[in-house]
Amino acid sequence: MKKSGKKLILDTKGVDRVLSRLTHEILEKNKGAEEIVLVGICSGGVPLSRVIQGKIRSIEGVEVPSGYVDITLYRDDLSRAGYQPRLKRTEIPFSIDEKKVVLVDDVLFTGRTIRAAMDALIDFGRPKNIQLAVLIDRGHRELPIRADYVGRNVPTARAETVEVFVGEETEEWKVVLRESPSGKGK
Amino acid sequence: MEGGATGEPLREREVTPMEWRRKHVLGLADFSAEEIEFVIDTARSMEDVLTRDIKKVPALRGKTVVNLFFEASTRTRTSFEIAGKRLSADVVNFSSSVSSVAKGETLLDTAKNINAMMPSIIVMRHPASGAAQFLSRHVSCSVINAGDGSNEHPSQGLLDLYAIIKLKDKVKGLKISIIGDILHSRVARSNLYSLGRMGADLWLCGPGTLVPKEMGRSGATVTNDIREAVRDADVVMMLRIQLERQKTAYFPSLREYTRNYGLNSEVFSLAKKDAIIMHPGPINRGVELSDELADSSHSIILNQVESGVAIRMALLYLLAGGHHAAH
Amino acid sequence: MLLIKGGRVIDPGSGRDEVGSVVIADGKVADFLPGGEAPGTFNGTVVDAAGKWVVPGLIDMHVHLRDPGFEWKEDIRSGTAAAAAGGFTSVVCMANTSPVNDHPEVTRYIREKAASAGRANVFPVAALTCGQNGKEMTDFSELFEAGAIAFSDDGNPVRSALVLRRALEYAKAFDFLILEHAEDHELSGGGAANEGWTAHRLGIPGIPSAAEEIAIARDILLARFTGGRIHIQHISTKMGVDLLRMAKRAGIRVTGETAPHYFTLTDAAIEGYNTYAKMNPPLREEEDRMAILEGIVDGTIDAIASDHAPHDEYTKRCEFVAASNGIIGLETALPLSMALLAGGKVTPARLVDLLSAIPARILGLKGKGTLRKGADGDVTIVDPEAEWEFRESDVRSKSRNSPFFGWKMRGRAVAVLCRGRVTHSLMKGVTPDA
Repeated sequence: MKKSGKKLILDTKGVDRVLSRLTHEILEKNKGAEEIVLVGICSGGVPLSRVIQGKIRSIEGVEVPSGYVDITLYRDDLSRAGYQPRLKRTEIPFSIDEKKVVLVDDVLFTGRTIRAAMDALIDFGRPKNIQLAVLIDRGHRELPIRADYVGRNVPTARAETVEVFVGEETEEWKVVLRESPSGKGK
Repeated sequence: MEGGATGEPLREREVTPMEWRRKHVLGLADFSAEEIEFVIDTARSMEDVLTRDIKKVPALRGKTVVNLFFEASTRTRTSFEIAGKRLSADVVNFSSSVSSVAKGETLLDTAKNINAMMPSIIVMRHPASGAAQFLSRHVSCSVINAGDGSNEHPSQGLLDLYAIIKLKDKVKGLKISIIGDILHSRVARSNLYSLGRMGADLWLCGPGTLVPKEMGRSGATVTNDIREAVRDADVVMMLRIQLERQKTAYFPSLREYTRNYGLNSEVFSLAKKDAIIMHPGPINRGVELSDELADSSHSIILNQVESGVAIRMALLYLLAGGHHAAH
Repeated sequence: MLLIKGGRVIDPGSGRDEVGSVVIADGKVADFLPGGEAPGTFNGTVVDAAGKWVVPGLIDMHVHLRDPGFEWKEDIRSGTAAAAAGGFTSVVCMANTSPVNDHPEVTRYIREKAASAGRANVFPVAALTCGQNGKEMTDFSELFEAGAIAFSDDGNPVRSALVLRRALEYAKAFDFLILEHAEDHELSGGGAANEGWTAHRLGIPGIPSAAEEIAIARDILLARFTGGRIHIQHISTKMGVDLLRMAKRAGIRVTGETAPHYFTLTDAAIEGYNTYAKMNPPLREEEDRMAILEGIVDGTIDAIASDHAPHDEYTKRCEFVAASNGIIGLETALPLSMALLAGGKVTPARLVDLLSAIPARILGLKGKGTLRKGADGDVTIVDPEAEWEFRESDVRSKSRNSPFFGWKMRGRAVAVLCRGRVTHSLMKGVTPDA
């Protein structure tokens, strides 16, 4: 019997390779690191954006500005959350005007989070363009949103959950597909 | 939030995971330390919004907030109004001088009428203690108490705490003295709860007629000597002396009051070197607080006002930003 | 003719506490037959009172009937129906009606209406001062002749010690009784609940116990000074009881009453801004409640009177400080008083004293408060074991302002006779006369 219906999608090495590829794609498409700023979407996208920032530093020798945005105040599905979701902080300590903002998130699902993130960004300034980099695209879009850079396409059933464990603390990076629903799905 | 694990942005401190379950904010008497911290944390995020160019988020879009003020108050009402608007709520103001209350309508009838218009939140200030609790039992929406008689003023108690934390990092162990008309002050009472629950060493000071003897039971130290209260204090909070009350003579004269209970530089020099001065406003300059001190760098009165909008945004958001089944 | 058979007849007025039968004829007590047996032939109704108490009709010496002027809260008909349901055969109603009972016409109106529509004897109290304004005395003897049994500005105290002094001196010659609502308005002004920890926590302005204590002291000293007679109403404080005790020891002509809520509840009952526990004088602290119990036991307190104060719901469904003062009490006074028996310190005979014999004596109601031969046929039959719940649906009063709904009670009046006519009955085979 499958134990708790878990399937490993990516292990530590796999995640690292995917992120390296994504970084190269970002640099290629934008012809370098100029004008790029990274904005991680809380909370899954934040460690990923830091890793990407580090990789850009190694490859181009350039420190690309990086910040993070909490989209809780912009969500359109708060009423389904069941209780007051805790707010996290937003920090974009640089101007995004005329910049190419690369939004970074861990899993792209319905697209609502991305829509909220774009609304938040527009309130911060007027970027030149907004691009989206995600580690996993699991399908089931409800809005016309697409990612510019996708680490892995993972077709899923709605009830399944994609869990991403990435971070400075956990040495082990991994992406796991869980069969039984955790109630919210992603 | 879904998916993801740690790797969250750096915070000042860890917060206990907690779910907000209150439908109303009527007073701080039964707020746990966790709940207080939760509001403060939410306020921090709200303050981020206030630093941007576009100081608005759509969290309360389409929701209506009614300000029902039976007592004159430009300061608090404006603060709630701005807070609501920053969250994209529709804010409506009812003030008693123009409303049906002037025509003799009871609080119950006013409540039912407004409730029929289906607001998400009613923010009420009323001269009778317990009025907010009464209102909450007769309307279906959420109620925030913006001051009920001499009972409580919870948003003030929270913003004062928040203002102190921003400057002093914590409140635990700080000597905080509240000086003035304690008897009639809902601000003092709410602060007793918020600051007390977070571990402050609270002192209450005022003339014998204005510090009720029951205050000793609340865990604060009571004194009629301002020098004792101010000595080594980290925070000195001055309360407004209500001149209208003098018709029943709680003290001989304003001059006598200022002489013994007014804060001037000489008395303030007894406090700690980095002590801060607070006041819920409006100030009677030269009475409870000297001009000099009101304008000094020790005074954080304007920070209080700033913190007020963030705290009120937090409260509005927590009560109306989500699903009512949560309550 | 009516025979109340085999009950425990408790009548301190005739020194009696034994099983026996009481015969009522022509509206008066005709005879007492000891033992449980009825006479051989009896030409009248027999009420089987076995296992019950048979006591002189209860007298509530502090009631607000609100009639004339506030008939939506209560009127003489509904108020006396409530009295009968509570076991009372006589009520003494206060003068704060509209118009105030400061004129013989009003006094006569009350007497006449009670005679035709009432289910209990009604003894009106006339105002002490015109319009209860605390300034000019009313025409005492004319009012007395019209049927006023005593004089009081209750609702309010007599503010001026001088006015009260004059009233006491003037009334003395006629031996008229003055009932005083003891409250120093200057001290109590603006307050809505007992000044103490509970009111403090709720942010409610307080009424210090000193407001009552000072007024009681003043009233006692004026009675002493003038040699007149005064009765202190609704005592709620420990010091009030202590002062009364001291006054009696000193031979001053003062009596005092308390209401059941003062020995049953404390100011803890206002928790949550409960307006149904708001009255004046307010519920006090546990120490006061204990002192009142003590005063009942040792005889300091002479009477229990309900201070029945009906109010419509709209004046209670509002913020605490704006709510009206008072609760209804006619239908709960007896069971709450019977709870006093539990400790063993209050005997059934003492209860009858407090609720009937002594009020009759204080008020000079000849023929009442006793079941001796020739006394008025006012009888209350009590089932001391009856266990029941006080429910809103049972209430006969027009108003429902009581904090006791849902309370489990023990002891109940199961039949009441007023001047020989049945005014209330829960007993099978005994029906109230029309």
